[in-house]
Amino acid sequence: MSETPLIDARGLVKRFGDFTAVDHLDVQVQPGEAFGFLGPNGAGKTSTMRMIACVSQRDGGALSVLGMDPATEGSAIRARLGVVPQDDTLDLELTVRDNVLIYGRYFGLSRAETRRRADELLEFVQLTDRRDDRVDALSGGMRRRLTIARSLVNQPELVLLDEPTTGLDPQARHLVWERLYRLKRSGATLVLTTHYMDEAEQLCDRLVIMDGGRIVAEGSPRALIDRHSTRDVVELRFADEHAQHAALARLEQVGERREVLPDRVLVYTADGDADVERLTSDGPHPESLLVRRSTLEDVFLTLTGRSLEE
Amino acid sequence: MSALFLHVVERDFLAYKRMWLVFLSGFAEPVFFLLSIGVGVGELVGDVHVGGETVSYQAFVAPALLAVSAMNGAVFDTTFNFFFKYKYSKSFDAMLATPLGPTDVAMGELTWALLRGTIYSTAFFALLLAFGLVASPWAVLAVPVAMLIGFAFAGAGMAATTWMRSFVDFDYVGIVLIPLFLFSATFFPISEYPTGLQIVVRCTPLYQGVALERSLILGDVSWALLGHACYLAVMGVVGLWVAGRRLGRLLQP
Amino acid sequence: MSAPLALRVVEHEAQVFKRFWRGTLFGYVLNPLLYLAALGFGLGSLITENQGEVAGLPYVEFVAPGLMAAAAMQAAAADSLWPVMAGMKWIRWYHGMVATPLRPRDVYTGSVAWTAMRAGLGATVFLVVAALLGAIPSAWGVLAIPSAALTAAGFAAMLAAYAATQEVDLRFPLIMRLGILPLFLVSGTFFPIDQLPGWLQVCAWASPLWHGVELCRASTTGMLEAVDLAHLAFLVGFLWVGWLWGIRSFDARLTA
Repeated sequence: MSETPLIDARGLVKRFGDFTAVDHLDVQVQPGEAFGFLGPNGAGKTSTMRMIACVSQRDGGALSVLGMDPATEGSAIRARLGVVPQDDTLDLELTVRDNVLIYGRYFGLSRAETRRRADELLEFVQLTDRRDDRVDALSGGMRRRLTIARSLVNQPELVLLDEPTTGLDPQARHLVWERLYRLKRSGATLVLTTHYMDEAEQLCDRLVIMDGGRIVAEGSPRALIDRHSTRDVVELRFADEHAQHAALARLEQVGERREVLPDRVLVYTADGDADVERLTSDGPHPESLLVRRSTLEDVFLTLTGRSLEE
Repeated sequence: MSALFLHVVERDFLAYKRMWLVFLSGFAEPVFFLLSIGVGVGELVGDVHVGGETVSYQAFVAPALLAVSAMNGAVFDTTFNFFFKYKYSKSFDAMLATPLGPTDVAMGELTWALLRGTIYSTAFFALLLAFGLVASPWAVLAVPVAMLIGFAFAGAGMAATTWMRSFVDFDYVGIVLIPLFLFSATFFPISEYPTGLQIVVRCTPLYQGVALERSLILGDVSWALLGHACYLAVMGVVGLWVAGRRLGRLLQP
Repeated sequence: MSAPLALRVVEHEAQVFKRFWRGTLFGYVLNPLLYLAALGFGLGSLITENQGEVAGLPYVEFVAPGLMAAAAMQAAAADSLWPVMAGMKWIRWYHGMVATPLRPRDVYTGSVAWTAMRAGLGATVFLVVAALLGAIPSAWGVLAIPSAALTAAGFAAMLAAYAATQEVDLRFPLIMRLGILPLFLVSGTFFPIDQLPGWLQVCAWASPLWHGVELCRASTTGMLEAVDLAHLAFLVGFLWVGWLWGIRSFDARLTA
């Protein structure tokens, strides 16, 4: 960890009028890392990403990206970044291949070089057979893959992905994850935002959990779960509120902690199976009962008292 | 700023490569007006007295149509097209994620608008030559002046666009353009107006362009033309300055 | 029972209209009035000085009904291309409509009817102002209002039918520039079509706008004749053909 960080933010602030979207954020991202911002909508992830991508001015604090200051050297920084924005910004008036080609030209690459890279990248995201189609004709998953291909045309040192799989169906998501995983293995530094915990667990070496513009926890997915949650979670659903209420006293006696949600009760425990056995022998009778491993969702719930996806 | 803005021009070229018919059709508008109003209505009008000379109605209208098409093209590209790109198609967002900055984007779009306008102006001017509607060697300046008109209106259009909130606001663009088109001594000499209105017309921007083109093409040249040219140059520069100040904030909040 | 259902579509459009009436005011009213001022009065005085009358009329009386019909066509055409694309594809409100008892043909008929109503409204305002300015010599001029609305309906029917078959709006500017604009300029709007070369005169007879202009002009000048029934028949036929196409193309698009 002695290398200079690719991203170094200290006390970073972004305001929109009276609203503080990013509130004194401290973050360092090292070369080769896959780093994630996890948080619900409105946590300040996209505002942070836009400041890192040098398309939004900060209102306070210090920020260095690739060792330079976005406020003064935005163009030079952007030359070495790859950006996958939350909404695809593809050029609808151009074909699939032309989208990658002209994007390469924006970086000042030669025509021959962009052509070579465009063909390679379309192959990488499995869009070679759609290269002459208009962007309109592509599905959401294909568009996202094209956006990823386009963001790689300048061989970026740092790839920023804002909600890379939001709005995609499960199959399309897995395809995107698989491509991003390959990219990560090839040594690229990835920074992504997400509100899906499975995405963060799949792709991130290290992440911060954001809420209300602040960081509430930081670490690897495993470490965060170990630190802020138990190994297992028992989820119990009851027939109605009355039954749930009646069962609470009994549930007090098992596990380490409980979260009472409108539709279910979560019991955090080191050994879920043992607790289930104790509960079923003499206990309340839930409609359904499930034992699972803790996830980042549980970490978020523990830290903020709220669920990630509302 | 660097030469990177040229890649914005390249992008527009690439986009129009697939829409060449749309591109060509932009040339049709002034031609249709020349044929119908110039020739058709011209038959009803007969000759027109302008600057102490008597010219055919076609010869009178043609230079004005050149100025009008330079205005329309520049305004269309810097308002509708520009707004569509930055608000809806998000192609500017994509550009701004690269080394290109807001100035490059604005410069690129301006260059494209002028380039396209120049192609149309040149073609229309060639048509006037072919029809024998060019009377003076001063007419070599007709196309450069069309570029100047384009520059002036592109600056104003881009500045206006920075205040637009939605496409509904573009109704105002039409409310400004159509009266300019109809009342800038385009279809009848300014002497037809009562004196008070003449002064108003002399202050409007398209009138400068119409007066310049008509004088150059009909050969009625005087020092006063420099005044018209200065008006247009200042208008373009002020427009761009305003647009430049506001655009950065709009594109990178 | 197609009519009452189509009326619900008209109601929707009228709701939207409350927010976007300025564009309509401009297209159907202000635009032709500005042309009337510039060409009818400005250029008209030059024509009167030089040649006297056009087709037996002062130029301003000649051009006013032409502008009325032409504005109805132009605005109806623009209102039937992009908005139909928006309803089908960009904003997709048509899909919301056909999820109710409304059928695609009701959606189509309602949209065309609404365009015709707006054109009629615009024509009324234009007519009143033009009459105050002395460009409408006859009280029969009120008949120019339904004539302009019918012209608008015909173009709306045809172009909405066409727009429903398109995936992108690439060809729309071409239609406006290479179709609607030439019609605007050579359909007897600004000068009598007997000035045109022979082959173009034949084209003008085929132009629905020419029939609309003739009908409007016969009304505003009070010179209605038997031949105007032929113009009326042509416009009704044009609307009918467009409508037959439209109910099919909307059906094909919205039930696909």
